[in-house]
Amino acid sequence: MWDDFVRLAVAKANYWIYIVLMCIGLWGMIVKGNLVKKIIGMNILQTAIILFYVSIASKAGATLPIITHHGPGTDSIQAVGHINPLPHVLMLTAIVVAVATLGVALALAMRIHRDYGTLEEDELLAMMREK
Amino acid sequence: MSVHYPALVVVMPVVAALIIAILAWVHPSRALPVAVAALAAAAGAAAMMLVRVLAHGPFAYHLGGWPPPVGIAYEIDHLNALVLAVMAAVALINLLAVWPQAEQRFAERTVFFYALYLLFCAGTFGILVTGDAFNLFVLLEITSISGYALIGLGRRDAALASLNYVFMGTIGASLYLLGIGYLYLVTGSLNMADMAAILPRIQDSRVVTAAFIICMTGLFMKMALFPLHGWLPNAYSQAAGPVCSLIAPLTTKTMIYVMVRIGLYVFSPQFTFGRLDLARAMVWLAVMAIVFGSLTALAQTNLRRMLCYVVVAEVGYMVGGFWLGTRTAMTGAILHIVNDAAMTLCVFLVVGTIGHQLKSDTFDTLRGAFRRMPWTMAVMVVAGLSLIGVPPTCGFFSKWYLLGGALAAGHWGLAGALVFSSLVNTLLFFRIFEIAYFEPVNTGNYGHAAPLRYAEAPPAMLAPMIAAAMGLIVLGLLTGEIVTRLIAPAIPAAIP
Amino acid sequence: MRRLGLITAVLFGGLLAYATPDFPDWGDPRSPASTHVSPYYIQNSLADTAVPNIVTAVLADYRGYDTMFETTVIFAAGLACLFLLRNFGPRAVESRLYRHRPTGITLRIEQGGDLPENSAEFERIDSQWVPYDLIIRCAGRLVLPFIQLFALYVVAHGHHSPGGGFQGGVIFGAALIFYALSHDLRSTLGHLPEARSLIVAAVGVLIYVGTGVLCLLLGGAFLDYAALAGLLGVDPVMARSHGILMVEIGVALAVTTVMVSLYYYLATAGRLDEGL
Repeated sequence: MWDDFVRLAVAKANYWIYIVLMCIGLWGMIVKGNLVKKIIGMNILQTAIILFYVSIASKAGATLPIITHHGPGTDSIQAVGHINPLPHVLMLTAIVVAVATLGVALALAMRIHRDYGTLEEDELLAMMREK
Repeated sequence: MSVHYPALVVVMPVVAALIIAILAWVHPSRALPVAVAALAAAAGAAAMMLVRVLAHGPFAYHLGGWPPPVGIAYEIDHLNALVLAVMAAVALINLLAVWPQAEQRFAERTVFFYALYLLFCAGTFGILVTGDAFNLFVLLEITSISGYALIGLGRRDAALASLNYVFMGTIGASLYLLGIGYLYLVTGSLNMADMAAILPRIQDSRVVTAAFIICMTGLFMKMALFPLHGWLPNAYSQAAGPVCSLIAPLTTKTMIYVMVRIGLYVFSPQFTFGRLDLARAMVWLAVMAIVFGSLTALAQTNLRRMLCYVVVAEVGYMVGGFWLGTRTAMTGAILHIVNDAAMTLCVFLVVGTIGHQLKSDTFDTLRGAFRRMPWTMAVMVVAGLSLIGVPPTCGFFSKWYLLGGALAAGHWGLAGALVFSSLVNTLLFFRIFEIAYFEPVNTGNYGHAAPLRYAEAPPAMLAPMIAAAMGLIVLGLLTGEIVTRLIAPAIPAAIP
Repeated sequence: MRRLGLITAVLFGGLLAYATPDFPDWGDPRSPASTHVSPYYIQNSLADTAVPNIVTAVLADYRGYDTMFETTVIFAAGLACLFLLRNFGPRAVESRLYRHRPTGITLRIEQGGDLPENSAEFERIDSQWVPYDLIIRCAGRLVLPFIQLFALYVVAHGHHSPGGGFQGGVIFGAALIFYALSHDLRSTLGHLPEARSLIVAAVGVLIYVGTGVLCLLLGGAFLDYAALAGLLGVDPVMARSHGILMVEIGVALAVTTVMVSLYYYLATAGRLDEGL
């Protein structure tokens, strides 16, 4: 029983860590009252997904997905010898998307600060109710 | 060239957006013709694809020349050819109708408004044609980011509403991405057709179940299904008029299309409707969405906000029809995607025009509106009748199928909610008509009647709006054709 | 709200944890993800595209269409920041500030005064106090060429080693932002004005899309670089390799300039002066 548990915990260690990160991000986005903290939570959430995808890519005992010997016999390339390149490609895209979202979110936060002079959600709501 | 339409329909708006971004610094006045030309070309390509699907059946386009599981493929079939043609027409008509407003509203920023508008459309069109699950995510983010920016520059509280939309939208998109990751983990593929071929073999895996739930939850957030609708009313009612009539018809409807696509063509109908016993719960959630949306709409005193809650209720229609899992209800749901896009366009165009001409969109300003802007209000009447569900407007037919499907499935809850919502819509719109037609115009001081200023929109804005209203009737008259030739082949045979 | 957040996070974590035992083990070479499509890339990318770096081959060729939209997303973010933040209104110019270089004293010249533009002794600054530090400036000037050279290397060598347009573009953009930090925004804007920056960004994305359209006009599918073979005078495999380089250059241009533009708008709240 205990051995099974340890095996499960160790064999999927990366996946457990990503779940924790993901929950932290989600919790931060819902609970935190400061908009910048929410944006940070959003980033943690996106990073957790990147960790998840990159974990899919790994293969025990494999090396970088770059072929170093350009011999004529290309059929000697073994798929088990190189890690899976596809998740890395996908995550390059996801990173770029995360940067773009972050840029837009910060620009919006800046506008809010310009208009209201605060980034605390409760103060913002109070100000909107006054009008 | 005709084989390249699937790529061109997405690429042309992107190219136009880039050209506009360069023109912005040298020749800003040329931006509008470029934008209109690109959208007209895209709409033309969409129409040609619809014709080709009708004549020869579904076809695919391999981007980069790589066949599907290795490369990215665009798959055009009956379902997305129909939705794409309508969405492209909606985007074009809206641009033609709102550009005078936009130029006034955004001043120097108008050029960048056009660029973002085109990027938004490119993303939407791409979502509709793509056959690759990850490509869909990238396109979704293009749509979202340009949408956030467009909404953020609206009325006073727009930035805050838009930032909330960023949070909800990012969680939704991230969940979708995570769900796709789960599917990739167990299938090793990102192509939808390839995934669909592999999934039946591994249906019992917990990962597939989790992937399904995560994906769908993400999409529910993006489509603003009750109780995850929180972002929608604020974002739409704070957005500027020209933005609102673009985003309201396209965003939620596109997401419902994605739900249909994932539910029927990635996961099999057996899995979606049979395996988790989620379907029943989802229909009841849809019932709650309809009732909640309708009741909240009744309580609003602002025209735009009222319509936002009508949109929330309409999302309930389509979600309910889809999750009933019967052929008639599914037909109704798919038909309603198309019809609702057209109706929402029409009604938000009218509200945008009223807001622009009369400088306000509370109910009070509507007094005497029938005399002040007769054509605009005539369009409003058509759109309102369609939302209520009066023949021969298209709203009647999709509601007929939905109601018929709900009754045939014996789901009295959904049937009741549909009838209830129609009654509420009747109340909502006839109240507006009454205010606008019968109620006296506000009298000025000392009992003198304020002079009734004729405030009809210029013909450049009216013509596209009237075209949209005609579209509602044409769509309604074409219902038979659409259902038998496009929607019937799109629904898998496994659905009873 | 706190309780709602906690419940949501725990429920969600529970769903994810429920599925995790069915995952393939971490690093398992027999997992479906490692055996279905990805072996094709590993075994064939060199023969198909003559690019040893498989990630680059997949990124810019097999899934080049995703990458095109990825570049467009970045561009959209640049446009979005401009749309939301840029201050188009007339700037209030009531007085101008100059720093007398030898002494470091700030002079304010009221309207109508004599303006010492572009002299060796006076330097125009934006706010009362712009930090000036000789050591940082000199060190920055010393390091900057190497960062930029490295960025170009990362772009150009993306076929053979980790790198490519995004990575190189980000490094180059970081170099320009570093210049703005070590000197001031005004001097960076002198080298890369706002308009030029955004035009270059659009041109960068246009290079990518244009390559795709060119392939289409030459008879291939969109972004099928093999169609460029006749134009470039090489065999289709090398044409793919060259096509990848072309789009990577476009990506690098777009990413560099959008990074700098984002800095311009975010660091100054859209006023494009020394700002925050």
